Amino acid sequence: MAAIPALPRKYHGASIWALYALGFVPAISGFYLGATGQLPGNAIKEFEHLLGLWGLRFLIATLCITPIRDLFGINWIRYRRALGLLAFWYVLMHFSTYLILDKYLDFPTILADIAKRPFITIGMAALVMLVPLALTSNNLSIRRLGARWIRLHKLVYIIAAAGALHYALSVKVVGPQQSIYIGLVAVLLLWRPIRPRYNQWRRAQVGRPSFERAR
Amino acid sequence: AAALEASPSAFKVGEALTPEKDVTNYNNFYEFGLGKGDPAANSGDFQPTPWTVSVGGMVAKPKEFGLEDLLKFPLEERIYRMRCVEAWSMVIPWVGFPLASLLDKVEPLGSAKYVAFETVVRPEQMPGQSGYFQPLPWPYVEGLRLDEARHPLTILAVGLYGKTLLNQNGAPIRLVVPWKYGFKGIKSIVKITLTDKQPPSTWNIAAPNEYGFYANVNPAVDHPRWSQATENRIGEGGFFGGSRRDTLPFNGYADEVASLYAGMDLAKNF
Repeated sequence: MAAIPALPRKYHGASIWALYALGFVPAISGFYLGATGQLPGNAIKEFEHLLGLWGLRFLIATLCITPIRDLFGINWIRYRRALGLLAFWYVLMHFSTYLILDKYLDFPTILADIAKRPFITIGMAALVMLVPLALTSNNLSIRRLGARWIRLHKLVYIIAAAGALHYALSVKVVGPQQSIYIGLVAVLLLWRPIRPRYNQWRRAQVGRPSFERAR
Repeated sequence: AAALEASPSAFKVGEALTPEKDVTNYNNFYEFGLGKGDPAANSGDFQPTPWTVSVGGMVAKPKEFGLEDLLKFPLEERIYRMRCVEAWSMVIPWVGFPLASLLDKVEPLGSAKYVAFETVVRPEQMPGQSGYFQPLPWPYVEGLRLDEARHPLTILAVGLYGKTLLNQNGAPIRLVVPWKYGFKGIKSIVKITLTDKQPPSTWNIAAPNEYGFYANVNPAVDHPRWSQATENRIGEGGFFGGSRRDTLPFNGYADEVASLYAGMDLAKNF
């Protein structure tokens, strides 16, 4: 099965740090282009949208880790924390850009936006839910919280759905791009209830002689 | 784009012009795609010549105008603010002529109350009009009340920055109504019809709670999903140019046009 050669164990730690470094490249290059006036048209909005979109992409990548292991037997779980934290940082930067660069910290307008406009309310809720997940993303919290940690981190399903909805509701016409993100999130969420049955079936296959196994 | 001769006019705002590269590369023209850069990127196959605009309906003398006829109207340069419904704005030096001069040629009947406009449909040249996903029903349609259409500020533009319009800006001829949100400025017009009924408008059909028929720029009436109180001026350099400014009632043209709406509830007729 394993078509991809496994990364030697001694590079695991370094590969996680490389992921963090790579993960921040879109934000840094976007900020540089925007600050130097090289983003076309509405630079602040372009940057704000870039950060939000990468937040959603990292959320989707986080949700891919489990199905990749289930379906292809590739275990990338060591990257899941980094992907989740990257999602958190991007969503936080997306919100900060809206707050500072876009709205100039005009709090009455910002609070009215959050209260009155459903797509902003939903986005804000997703950010708020991401905070406890980011705060408990360390080994100590995992040990201390035990089973409660797993329950808490199921919030990511709601967050991903909220993120995709926030994106779709923010545009004037829901186009192919929004549809792709909604579809990806939907498939990844639907995998969760299917997964126990699939894994059970898979284990039953392994117990039988190879000529009887389904392909 | 070819150079256009135009006489200066008194209609010009005293604000810095939006750079030409922003005016021609940051556009909403869904016939060429949903992204702001799509119209510039995807409109290369569009053929704006030859062109005819048919003007008819409740008029005494219906007529087909070739582009060469339209270019014979005395052209003026009008420097207008342009406020998009998405809360960004530009200052654009248009070249065009009053819509009223065109309407005079066809002699609207006394019964005509509105003017309806229609954009060309050419799926083979406009990628947004073909394929599985089409964002809006075509043709794009718009309308004005006759008194709005006859207002001296309302022009048909055939150029900007002293040159003929590029495809992404609505070549060869488009509407410019500076006190209304940009989507009223229908592009690549092929048909103008005088009528006694309020004509349909594309964005109003697509989302009636978000886009009204009038679509006058109004900082006091929010779009359901964003505030219209302020706007972002395009092309004022990067993140820290201080480009957010207050939106003005009727986009700063209240002195000229507010009287058109005397006694109307502008929150209801948004």
